[in-house]
Order: sequence, then C-alpha cells, then structure tokens
Amino acid sequence: MSRPEDNLPPDLYYNDTESRKYTTSSRVQSIQATMTNRALELLDLTTSSFILDIGCGSGLSGEILSEAEPPHTWIGVDISPSMLAVALDREVDGDLLLGDMGQGLPFRAGSFDAAISISAIQWLCNEDEKGVDPKTRLSRFFDSLYACLKRDGKAVCQFYPRDDKQRDMICSAAIKAGFGAGLLEDDPETKNKKLYLVLTVGGEGNKDITGVVQGMDGVDVFDNRKKLMEKAKKDAKKGTKAWIMKKKEQERKKGKIVKADSKYTGRKRGIKF
Amino acid sequence: MKLLTANFLSCAVKACKSSPLSFPLHFKDAELASKSVPYNPVLLSNLLPRLDWPALVTSSKELGFALPDSKPDVARISTPSAASSPSDGDDTAMSMGATDEDEKTLRMLHKVLMETEVVEGKMVCGSCGFEYGIHQTVANFLLPSHLGTLSYHDRLRDTGLRYFAEDSRTCEFKI
Repeated sequence: MSRPEDNLPPDLYYNDTESRKYTTSSRVQSIQATMTNRALELLDLTTSSFILDIGCGSGLSGEILSEAEPPHTWIGVDISPSMLAVALDREVDGDLLLGDMGQGLPFRAGSFDAAISISAIQWLCNEDEKGVDPKTRLSRFFDSLYACLKRDGKAVCQFYPRDDKQRDMICSAAIKAGFGAGLLEDDPETKNKKLYLVLTVGGEGNKDITGVVQGMDGVDVFDNRKKLMEKAKKDAKKGTKAWIMKKKEQERKKGKIVKADSKYTGRKRGIKF
Repeated sequence: MKLLTANFLSCAVKACKSSPLSFPLHFKDAELASKSVPYNPVLLSNLLPRLDWPALVTSSKELGFALPDSKPDVARISTPSAASSPSDGDDTAMSMGATDEDEKTLRMLHKVLMETEVVEGKMVCGSCGFEYGIHQTVANFLLPSHLGTLSYHDRLRDTGLRYFAEDSRTCEFKI
C-alpha cells in the first residue's frame, strides 16, 4: 500500500474529500480507536487531565479522550484546514488550532498533563519544500513538546516510520530534546505492526522509562541501555588486565617504547618477606 | 477558542519566545459565544495552579467582562474515589471535600474558562504585532515560512553580532 506521506504535504493531502473519506471510513475509525485506547493505557492517567492532541485531524482520537473515564479536556492541533472543518462539523468537545508542529507548538511552559499523537509525527520527516530540514523540524517539535508538558508529564506518539532509519531519526530527536524515551511495538512481525513512542518528562514518577509498561500484560522489555552500560563498565574498569593491555596497545600505537606483554602483566607483586 | 486555551497560548514566532510581551496574546474584534460543556470540578481544581491569573484578567478585560484581581483559592479536589471514603453520603461535589464557597468559585471559573468561546476575531502578539486570525473558533497558528524559522539577521542578533549585520548591510549599499 502506498504511503500518503509519499504523495503530498499533509495540508494538501487531506483536502475536503480525503478528510471526509478518512473520517467516515469505519476501518480507520476502529484502528484509530484501538490506538487511542492503547495510548491512554500507556499514559495511565488517574484524574481528569488537560491533554494536547498533536495531529488531531477530525477529532477521532479526541472523542475518545472526552468519553474516557475520567473525562479529559483536550486541545487539538492540526495542519489540515479540511480536517479541522470536519472536526467542527462533528462538534467535538476539544478546542482546535490550525498549526504546524514542525514550527514548534505555541504553548507556554508546563501547560499540559499529557500529550498524545496518533499517526502524525512521521509527517515531520517529509521534505516538502526546498530548504526544509526534517531534522530541524523534528527537534523544534520535540523541544517545544518537552517545554509545554509539565514535570512528571508523559506523551505517547503512535507513528508509521517508513523504515528503521526514519524510526531512529525520530527517536534520537526525542532523546536529544531531553525526554526519556521508549518504543512499544504492538503485533510485531505482522502487517498490522504499530509503533508507539512513549516519552516521559523527568520527575518523581518518571524515574525509569520501563516503569511505564510495568504491570501490563504481554509486554517484553528489551533494555538496550543495560547492555550499553555493562559494556561501558567492562571497558572502564581501571586496573584490570584488559584495561592495562588496552593502554599498552594505545601507547604502542603512538610509537612509544612499551614493556613486552607476559604472563606477569597486570599481576600484583607478591608480598615481600 | 476557549479562554482556557488562550491562557496557555503564546506567540509562535521563535524570536518572540524570550520576550515577556509575547504572552498573553491580546484579543481584537472578538465575537463571543457560549457553549455548554459538562462541569468538571476535578479538572478545574487541577488546572487552577497552572493558570496565569493576571493574563486571564487581561484577556477577560479585553473581551469586556471583569474578574477579581487576585487568584481565587480553592482546595485541591482529588479523585472522587479517594476523597469520598472519609465523608459518608452523597456523590455531589460537596462530598469531594469542596465547600460552598469553593463550589461557587469553580462554577464561575467553569463559565469563564470552559463555556466562553471566541468565535471570530484576532489575537495579537504584544511583542512582534503578528495577528493570528480566529475563524469559526479555530485559531490559525500557521506562520508564513519566513517567520517559522529564524531569519539570517535574527540569528546574527541572537549571537550579539548585530553591528556586524548592520555593517554588512551598509556595505551592500556602497557597492
């Protein structure tokens, strides 16, 4: 299936006919509903909260936020006027803004309890005009998102990356902005694979990103950080034989005279009588 | 655009981010409407500490109604399930630990923040003067491309090289 991202920029792709088609399709509706519910589950909100919906479109995801238990109040941002017009016709509860997330979100610091985004942030990787750099747009988006969430806040972005490169580009932009980031993959290895980028803003409740999925059924945690940390630990352990050999090798490469390696290298001297 | 939203919006132009004048945005030629929204005291008490009260007073003045000068003090209402256990009885807001006075304030806030909407009008940034149009309650925060990114001269000014920029401009004239 062709990706809409490859055809046109989002504000042109979602024109009046396309927006209506998208909103009335029962298939899209049910997929959006399951993804929004999954995102809400990940956000784990206990009280009525103030939520930002990025790429709200016609308010399919917003409707679920308003009907959730407890009900949430939301603000939606989207770049397509036609989509917002459909949302107005459907009389959604949230407030709507026409805006481009790649230009940064126009909110003051610490405004929102949480943010969700359903099938939107992959659009940031498009290079529609000359002089538009996806990396700048991504970093501006994540920087402003980080700023407008309150401490202890969380964001869940479901997205469809074109390939692994695009996925890594989005993730690293989020991490650079200061988020604690994790990727949740639903139905892996199938056609219906869904990727959720879970972002946390530092605070008491958000010490570790793996805490988000704790207690959820059927989630395996692959912690890349642990492997990296272990490797770093192994390398950095000063005084071990491996460390000494590495240093000797380094010095040798610099052309310095280094004592030959033997079975005694790195051993402690015996106690003198 | 609800007044609640307006209280969190600042100018989207990047050069304005550092200026205190970019918040709040000032309403111009605003047309108001009221829309009934279910009353949610938990959310309101949750939001109250985050509201910028002076900004709210300013924008409400611009829209032609008055609010008290100081922020009302309302005890934070926790979730109904957590708070209703000590108090026995009904499931009204009273049982959630809110007094009569608090209830009145919250109702007032609900009317102002949630139910008052700006249907048509403009929002103007106090720093750069950019006008954001509001049409059918939707505000347009799309920036023309030259404002979306920092211009060459803005970047120079940011790094304190303004004089250099001015010099280079005058040089161009000489050539």
